[in-house]
Amino acid sequence: MHFAVLQFPASNCDQDAVHALRLLGHTADYVWHKDTSLGQADAVIVPGGFSYGDYLRTGAIARFSPVMQAVRKFAEEGGLVIGICNGFQILCEAGLLPGALVRNRDLQFHCEHIFLKAATPNSPFTCQIPADKVLRVPIAHGEGCYFADAATLAQLQANRQILWQYCNAAGALTDEANPNGSLQNIAGICNERRNVAGLMPHPERACEPILGSADGRLVFESMIHTLQTKPVAKAA
Amino acid sequence: MAARKIPRLARGVSPPFTALNAGSPVVNMKARIIITPKKAVLDPQGKTVQNALAHMGYTGVAAVHVGKFIEIELTGSDSAAARPQLEEACHKFLSNPIIEDYRLEIE
Repeated sequence: MHFAVLQFPASNCDQDAVHALRLLGHTADYVWHKDTSLGQADAVIVPGGFSYGDYLRTGAIARFSPVMQAVRKFAEEGGLVIGICNGFQILCEAGLLPGALVRNRDLQFHCEHIFLKAATPNSPFTCQIPADKVLRVPIAHGEGCYFADAATLAQLQANRQILWQYCNAAGALTDEANPNGSLQNIAGICNERRNVAGLMPHPERACEPILGSADGRLVFESMIHTLQTKPVAKAA
Repeated sequence: MAARKIPRLARGVSPPFTALNAGSPVVNMKARIIITPKKAVLDPQGKTVQNALAHMGYTGVAAVHVGKFIEIELTGSDSAAARPQLEEACHKFLSNPIIEDYRLEIE
């Protein structure tokens, strides 16, 4: 499978994402934010970082980059798009995912390993994650507190769009295990069509044991499994 | 000792003020945009400032909300024409309606 990894000014997890995908035996290319084509990509990764210095709001300026038009079109055609950390913030600002990410409730930048688990296996991003499997994955963000109004939150629950939730080592969804104050311990969600997802934790930084965890592979393996079993439109 | 002659810059060598002015258009109006977090959104900054005010001995503070202030300098002078454009920019870009409210003033 071939992945497009976007690059904005001040993206800083783009190389980690490309490294992780190549490690898994797939190909990945960088796509500059001024490009209007995603190449022949089977899936798109909007990586972490501090695009445009996080000026105004995280992701607020990046969403207007030319490449985001191509991402929007790709998503509308059913292509798989995943936003990680700043990528999640960009997808929310772009309106491709509901809700928003605000300042962590303790005002601190959290850079640590946390635990999370998939809330449903019914998505292209979680289908290879065993039920009740607790994933150990790093986070590194200051604005990761997921917020959506009550109606949106109810819709997310009804449609099973909550994909990942923060938990403790035993898999319990406790308030202590919530690093940023996200509503309902939400670490990641998907859109209603289930082809666009975003999460604050960094699975691409947890794909090999030497980095302390290989649990992040399961997220990419889910996407790859989906792409290999039911082909979706390639990017133009 | 003969008085030293102070060299004078020939006219035209000093920065051409006309060119400088050309780069900074005349400001006729200013738009002021005040952005505050919505009441339903956690505002840990406001809460922290509120706690600090209490700690410093300031009493009677019911709540503190920390937001943003944006000033936009405008070249036009027709505020009625500028308003819809600014409202659109506020809604689409300068604020995020999911988490923020804004107030637009033009003068």
